[in-house]
This record gives sequence, structure tokens and C-alpha cells, in this order.
Amino acid sequence: MINLLIVILTCCSFLCLFRIARGPSASDRAVAIDILGIMIVAFGAFMSIKTGKEFYLTTALVWALLNFIGVLALAKFLEGKGFDD
Amino acid sequence: MRETIGYLFMFIGVVFDAIGCIGLIRLPDLYNRLQASLKCVAMGTSFILLGTMIIAGFSPVGAKAFLCLLFVLIISPTTEHALARASYIAGVKMWEKSTVDRLKEDNVARERIRVE
Amino acid sequence: MKRLVLALLSFIVWILLIWPFTAYGIDWQGIIIGIFSSIIVGILFGDAFTDSPHRFFEIRRYLWLIYFIFVFVWSFLEASFDFAYRVLHPSLPIKPGIIKVKTKLKKRAGIAMLANSIGFAPGAVTVEVVGDTLYIHMACLKYQDTDEATAYVVRRFERILERIFE
Repeated sequence: MINLLIVILTCCSFLCLFRIARGPSASDRAVAIDILGIMIVAFGAFMSIKTGKEFYLTTALVWALLNFIGVLALAKFLEGKGFDD
Repeated sequence: MRETIGYLFMFIGVVFDAIGCIGLIRLPDLYNRLQASLKCVAMGTSFILLGTMIIAGFSPVGAKAFLCLLFVLIISPTTEHALARASYIAGVKMWEKSTVDRLKEDNVARERIRVE
Repeated sequence: MKRLVLALLSFIVWILLIWPFTAYGIDWQGIIIGIFSSIIVGILFGDAFTDSPHRFFEIRRYLWLIYFIFVFVWSFLEASFDFAYRVLHPSLPIKPGIIKVKTKLKKRAGIAMLANSIGFAPGAVTVEVVGDTLYIHMACLKYQDTDEATAYVVRRFERILERIFE
């Protein structure tokens, strides 16, 4: 059961990667990166249930915070590019 | 019994993640993609973490899943707002069938953003 | 006072993070380290935390917060099902646009919380906040007028948030 769910979620991640590769502007890529980061938290929860270890969820927690800070930095960068135009 | 309910929640979560990623491909412009996908994916991930909490019960795994759920619910609207504002200021165009754009009509506000 | 509130909050997060209540008894070592580190965090970063710490000790606000969580989760579910319908429909029934709404909240924390909650309302995201005016992008536009849109989107969060934060 849980292997099937992991396979479906991996296919969804490939859809996200498609948007990262093709997105017309930089903002589209930032959005796709944000969404991929939230889905990786779900992967952490799956691995934690599959193996019974808790450190996968610790990794997911740290990943969520780092993703948050990274996306905020990307947003600041995009805004700063607007000042120069 | 508890595992069955947990796996049911996880299945609903994965379905919502899939819908969010399909929306990321199908929708026409950035703002619609941002809302649709981020809402669906945040809800899917919340349901997966809720299923993890139900399966694990009162254990370290359950407590950390609760903390993850809290963080996902806090950070996803914040990043949504930050990305929408940044893309508007960076000049990403809206879809051509959009109806109104009050932010463009109130030009004063936009000038104030640029000065800050 | 500020430092005490921040220390208490960081101690709760620490307890959830390490979860010391194992099957073999309570892990006192972790709890003592948590007390020391949250006191250090409170002393160092208490100044930048909040400007009215006495509000954290009023029980009434917590009851309204619990009610707000229910409203928030309900609007979150509504938004997700709405978008699932719109994405899976073959002809994509969306009608986007940026509209303007007004709010009555004064505190900055309240306005930030309102902007975040609108991020999870059905089909809306806050694009810009200028003073008491919020510019929101909606995917399915029902009302273009400011007053009607305010009554449709903002009111249900605002009447609870002004009891929590004001």
C-alpha cells in the first residue's frame, strides 16, 4: 500500500520538475520549487511510517524551515530585480 | 483499525497532491497556478501528516508529525503571499482574459511600493 | 515579561521536538537542557518579540483562537475542493482579477494574520497590503465592487481576529 503511494507521489514530483524545466519566467520556477519543497515533507512522513524511525520526520522539519527561508530569499531577489527596470 | 483510517487519510492526501501538480501544468498564468497548486499541495501534505499522526499515536513520531503539520500550515500562506507580491513587482503579466486589475488602476500605491 | 512569554513558547516547541515521555519513564536530561536553552533564548531575543505581552495571559483570546482554527480549517477544505473541481473540469472555469478590499484591523500582527488567512480562503491570495487596503487576486471573481468583496472575503475572518488581537 505505502509503496504505491510513494510511487504516485514520485510521479507528481516529475510533473513539478517539468514546470521547473519549462516555466517561462523565473517566478514560475520559484513557485514550482516551493511546491516541490512542501511535497518533500510528505516524503519524509512516508519514509518515517515505512521504516518506523523518527529521524526522517526531523529531516522533514528542517527541510520545511530551510525551504521557507530559501523561498523568501528568492522572493526578495525577484523583487530586487524589479527595482532596476 | 487505526492503521486503516491512517492509510485512508494518506490516500486522500496523495490524491490532492496529484491534483495540485496537474493544476501546476494545466492552469494558464502564474497567479492561478500559485493559488491552486499551493492550496491543494498544502492540504494534501497536511492530510498525509495527519495520517502519520493517527498511525503513530502518542510517540516521538506523532509529536514531530504534529510539529510538521503546524509548520506547513504556517509557512505555506506566507510563501504564497511573498511569491505573489514579488512576481507582481517583478512585472509578471496576468492572463489576457483577466477581468480587472485594481492595483494597476491605483497607480499611487504602486509608486509607493517602488519608493520603499 | 516579554522574555518570560518567549521562553515559555520555545519550551513548548522544545518539548514537542524531543518528546521526552518514553515507555521507560521521563527523560529528565532533555527537559533540563530545554529549560536552560529556552531561558537563554528568552533573554537574548525577548526584545524583538512582541509589544504587548500581557495579552498572552487572557484566556478569552485562546477560546476565540480555537474557534478561529475551526473557521480556518473549514475555509481551507472549501478552497481545496473548489480548486480540485476547477482544475479537473475540462473547460477550466476560472475568471481571474485583482480586486481591492478594506479592513478595520489596526494592529500589524492582526493585519499579517488576516493576509495569511486570506491566502487560504477559497480562490484568493493577497498580492499587496497598503495601510488598511488589501489587494487580493481572486481566481473566480464574483464581486468587483469593494464593499461586496469585503463582505464576501474578509468579514468572516475579521470579526474573529479583532477579538483575538485588538
